[in-house]
Amino acid sequence: MRRLSLVAGIAALGLALAGCGGDDSDNSAGDTGGNSGSGTEASGDVEVFTWWTEGGEKAGLDGLVKVFGEKYPNLKFVNGAVAGGAGSNAKAVLASRLQTQDPPDTFQGHAGGELSDYIKAGQLEDLSDLYQSEGWSDVFPKTLIDAITYEGKIYSVPSNVHRANVVWANPSVLEKAGIDPAAEPPASIADWITQLDKVKASGVETPLSIATDWTQVQLLETVLISDLKADAYKGLWTGDTKWDSAEVTTALNDYAKLMSYTNSNRSSLDWPDAANMVRDGKAAYNVMGDWVAANWQGEKLEEGTDYIYFPVPGSQGTFDFLSDSFTLPVGAKNPEGAKDWLRVVGSAEGQKAFNTVKGSIPARTDASAADYPTYQQSAIKDFSTDTIVPSLAHGAAASISWLNDITSAVGKFGTSKFDSGAVSELQSGLTQAASNNLQS
Amino acid sequence: MSTQTIPAPATSAAAPRPRKKKSSPRSQTARTVRFVLLVLFLLMVLLPAYVLFVTSFKPSAETSADRAWLLPQNWTTEGWKTAWDSLSPSLWRTFQLAIPAALISSAIGSINGFVLSRWRFPGADVLFTLFLFGMFIPYQAVVIPLRQLTVWIGLPNGIPTLIFVHIIYGIPICTLIFRNYYASVPHELVEAAQVDGAGMFRTYASIILPLSGPGFVVTIIWQFTSAWNDYLFAIFLSNTRNGPITIALNALAGGQLTNYSASMAGAMIASIPTLIVYIVLGRYFVGGLMAGSVKS
Amino acid sequence: MRHIGIRKWGPGLLVMIPSIVVIAVFVYGLIGWTVNTSLTDRTTALPADGYVGLENFTNLFQDDRFIHSLKNLGILTVVFIVGTMVLGFLWALLLERGFKGEGIFRSIYLFPMAVSFIASGVVWRWLLNSAQGDEAGGLNKLFDSLHLGFLQNPWWNDPDWGMAAMAIPAIWQLSGYVMALFLAGFRGIPGELREAARVDGASEFQMYRHVIFPQLSPVALSALIIVGHMSMKMFDLIMAVSGAQYLTEVPAVYLWTTLLGSNYAKACAIAVILLVVVAIVVVPYLISNARAEKRR
Repeated sequence: MRRLSLVAGIAALGLALAGCGGDDSDNSAGDTGGNSGSGTEASGDVEVFTWWTEGGEKAGLDGLVKVFGEKYPNLKFVNGAVAGGAGSNAKAVLASRLQTQDPPDTFQGHAGGELSDYIKAGQLEDLSDLYQSEGWSDVFPKTLIDAITYEGKIYSVPSNVHRANVVWANPSVLEKAGIDPAAEPPASIADWITQLDKVKASGVETPLSIATDWTQVQLLETVLISDLKADAYKGLWTGDTKWDSAEVTTALNDYAKLMSYTNSNRSSLDWPDAANMVRDGKAAYNVMGDWVAANWQGEKLEEGTDYIYFPVPGSQGTFDFLSDSFTLPVGAKNPEGAKDWLRVVGSAEGQKAFNTVKGSIPARTDASAADYPTYQQSAIKDFSTDTIVPSLAHGAAASISWLNDITSAVGKFGTSKFDSGAVSELQSGLTQAASNNLQS
Repeated sequence: MSTQTIPAPATSAAAPRPRKKKSSPRSQTARTVRFVLLVLFLLMVLLPAYVLFVTSFKPSAETSADRAWLLPQNWTTEGWKTAWDSLSPSLWRTFQLAIPAALISSAIGSINGFVLSRWRFPGADVLFTLFLFGMFIPYQAVVIPLRQLTVWIGLPNGIPTLIFVHIIYGIPICTLIFRNYYASVPHELVEAAQVDGAGMFRTYASIILPLSGPGFVVTIIWQFTSAWNDYLFAIFLSNTRNGPITIALNALAGGQLTNYSASMAGAMIASIPTLIVYIVLGRYFVGGLMAGSVKS
Repeated sequence: MRHIGIRKWGPGLLVMIPSIVVIAVFVYGLIGWTVNTSLTDRTTALPADGYVGLENFTNLFQDDRFIHSLKNLGILTVVFIVGTMVLGFLWALLLERGFKGEGIFRSIYLFPMAVSFIASGVVWRWLLNSAQGDEAGGLNKLFDSLHLGFLQNPWWNDPDWGMAAMAIPAIWQLSGYVMALFLAGFRGIPGELREAARVDGASEFQMYRHVIFPQLSPVALSALIIVGHMSMKMFDLIMAVSGAQYLTEVPAVYLWTTLLGSNYAKACAIAVILLVVVAIVVVPYLISNARAEKRR
C-alpha cells in the first residue's frame, strides 16, 4: 500500500513539473516567437540585433539610438546585441533565429558577400523601394551600391565604411633604419620589401607585425589588390580571375616574402596586440583596418610623430572597403518600425552620430569632412575619389563559407616555413576554395 | 538495518572523526611528504587565480601579459565596479536557473542510478549504455534544432527553457555518477532489506538515499557548475534581458577591446557562488557518511 | 541479476520512463536529426534538395583540414585524460585519510571548476603567451625569473605538439572534479573492508592495492567518461585561448565555423564522425565493464 502511495506521489510530482512547463507556455501563448519575452504586444518595439557591445562600436550604436529616439519617439529600441567571438556568436544565434522564423526586426551584417547567404535563403527583404523613396541611390557612391547589389536588388543599408588596406608605421623605428618617414611611402610591394630589409638590418626583429589568422587574410587581400590591381582582384570573386593563374602566384610569393618578416608568435595575438607592437616600437609596420586610428586617437597618440599611415604599397588609389549594414529580415514582427530604424541608419544625421564616435566614415558622400578627426578626413576624401573594392577578411567580397575556406588555407600557410612548397599548397587550397564556393 | 535512523548529513559532517592516532617515525615522514606535495599542488592551482586576483585590482595601464605576475602599483576597484554594474542584473536569474537544474537532475540521477545498479530490469545495461552515449552528442551541432524543439513545445525563452534543457542533458551524467557510486554499496545491504520485505521505494529511501551524500555532492557540484557556467545554450535559448550571468560576462570579457581588470573581476564575481557551493558541500565529503552509517 | 519477475523490476522501469522519454527525444531525436542532415546536400541555409549518401563523409576524410583537426583532438584528449586522471587520483589519495585543514585543500583544488573559460581564458592567454626572453609574459616570464629559462616554450603556438599545451588549462580546471569523484569513491568503501584487511595482516600498500583500488574501478570509469566527453566537445577553452584558427582547430571548432557558413550537412557530418569515434572507443569498454560487473 505504501509503495502505491509513493508511486502516486512521484506521479504527482511529475504532473506538477509538467504543470510548471504548461503554465509557462500559456503565459507566452501570445508570443509566437517566444523570444521577446517582454511584450510583443507593444507594437512599438524594434529589436536591433548587433554584435556591438563595447568600445567605439557600442558608442556608435548609442549615437544611432539617440537619433532614433528623437525622430521616432513612438518606437522603442530593444537592444538584441550578442557579444563575443568577433561577431561569430551573433551570427550563429542569428542563424538559429532565422531558421526558427523568429528573426529580430533588423540585424547587423557586413555589407556585400557575407549577406549573400541570407539573401539566397530568402531570409531578407528587398529594400530597393526604400532606396528610391529616401533618395539613397544618389548619396551613396555608385561603386558602393554596386558592391552591395545582389542580382539587381539591394538588401541592406550601410551605416559606415572602413578601409582595410592601410599600413600603420612607427616613424622613429623607420628613422633608425635610415628611412625618412616624411618621404613618399613605397610605391610597390617590391619597394616596401627593400624597406623591410633595411628595418631588419637595423636590428628590429619584427619589421612587419601580424596577428591571428584573419589578420593574415587581410594582409593577403591587400597584397592581391596591390599585385593584381582593382579589376582583376574583383574578378577573383566572380570567377573572371583564376586563382591558379600566374598573376596570383606572383602575389602569393610576395605575400610569402612579407610573412617572412613577421613575428612568430602571431597565433597568440589579436589585432590590437599587433598594432601595439608598432605603437611600442617593437615593429615598424602593421597592415590593419582604419579602426586602428580610432584606438590611437583615443590613446591621444599624435599622428605624424607617434604613427604614420599610408595605403598598402601598390594599392594607392584603391579603397579596400568594408561596411556594416542593417537589413530587414523576412518575418520581422515590426517591419515598419524596422524601416524607420533603417531610415535613421541611412540618414545624414544618423551616419554622423554613428561614425564620429566609431572612428569610421559615413557611407554617404554628402557628409561634411570637417566634423571628423584628421585620419577620417583623409579617408573621406579617398573614398570619394578612389576605386572601391570589397574586403575579403571582413565579409564584403565573399560568402561566409568561402571566407572560412580561405582563412583555413591562409592559417595553415601561417604555420609553414613560407617556402615555395607552402606557396603552391596555399594556391591549390585557395583554388579549391574558389571552386567549392563559386558554383553555388 | 532498515530500521536504523540515519544521522542528518550536517551533524555527521560536524561530528569528530574517530581516528586512531598511531605515530611512528615512518608515518611521520609520510605525513610530511604528503603535506609538502599538497602545498606544491596548491600553489600550482593558485597560479592562475593569483593572476586573476591581482589583475582585477589594476588600472588598465598595468594590465598586460608581461606584467601578469606583478602586484598592482596603483590599487583600484574600478574594475570591480564596472564588473558589478554589468553582472549584477543577471546574478539572481542565474540562481533561479542553476539551483533547480542541479537539484532536479541530481534527484532524477539518483533514482535512475539506483534502479540501474541495484533494482535492474531486463535491458538495464543497454539502456545505461544508451544514456551514456548520449552525453557525447556535440551540442554545437544540435542547438539549432534544439531551439526549434523548445519553441515547438511552447517553453518561453529564457530561464525556464534553460532549466529544462540543463535537467535533460544532466540526466545521463547524474545517472552515471550515481550508478557507479551505488555499485560500491555492498549487495548485502540491499539484499538484507529485501529479506525484510522492503519494496523498491523503501529500499531506496531507507538504505540507499542515506548513503548518497557524497554522490549528491558530486552531481550537484557538476550540475550547478555547468548550468552556472554554460554559455552555449544560454546564447541560443535566452538573451541579455532574460539570460544568465555568462551572457553578461561574455559581453564584458569576450570582446577584442577587453577591459582586463573588469573581466577578471567579473570572472571572480561570477565564480563566487559556485565556490560557495563547493565550500558548503565539500564538508559532506569529510563525514565519510557511508563508512559511518555502515559502522553504526 | 538472478531471474526475477516483472512485479519485482516493474517499478524500476516505471520510474525511469520519464527519463527515457526525454532522452529519446532530446538526445536520440536530435542525433537522428543530425545523422539525417549529414546525409543530405544541405550546404546552405536553404532546405536540402535531397540525399547524397555518404558524400559529406568521404569529402571530410579527403580534407586535410579535417584530418589536422582530428590529430589536434587526439593529442589534446590523451594529454587531458592522462593529466586529469593522474592528478585527480593523486590528490584524492593524498586527501583520502582526512586531516585538519583538508577542507581548505579540497576546496582550492576544486576551485578552478568554478571559473568559466569565458573569463579565465583571458588569464590563460596570458599565461600561455609564446613570447620568450625579454619579451616573455605569463609562464615563460615566471620560468625566466625563477632561473628556469630552459622551461620556456612556445606553448600552443608550436605547430606539432602545441595542442598538448592547450590541455593544461583543461587539466587545471577538471582535475579537482576528478579528485572529488575519487574521494566520493574512497569514502564509499566501508570501513570494515579496511579493518578486515588490517586484521589479515596486510600492509598499508597491500590494502590499497588489493582492497581499495579494485573498489574504485566504477568511479574511475565515471571519471574517464566525464573527462573524455569533455575532451571530445572541447570548444569554450579553445575559443577563449586561441580563438577559431587553423593551428588549434579541433572538430568541434571546425563544426562551429562550418555552421556559421550555413553548411549544415558538413557540420552535421562532423558531429556524426565525433559520435562514431566515441562509439568505437567507449561502447566496447562499457560492454566489457558491464560484463565484468556481472561476473563479480
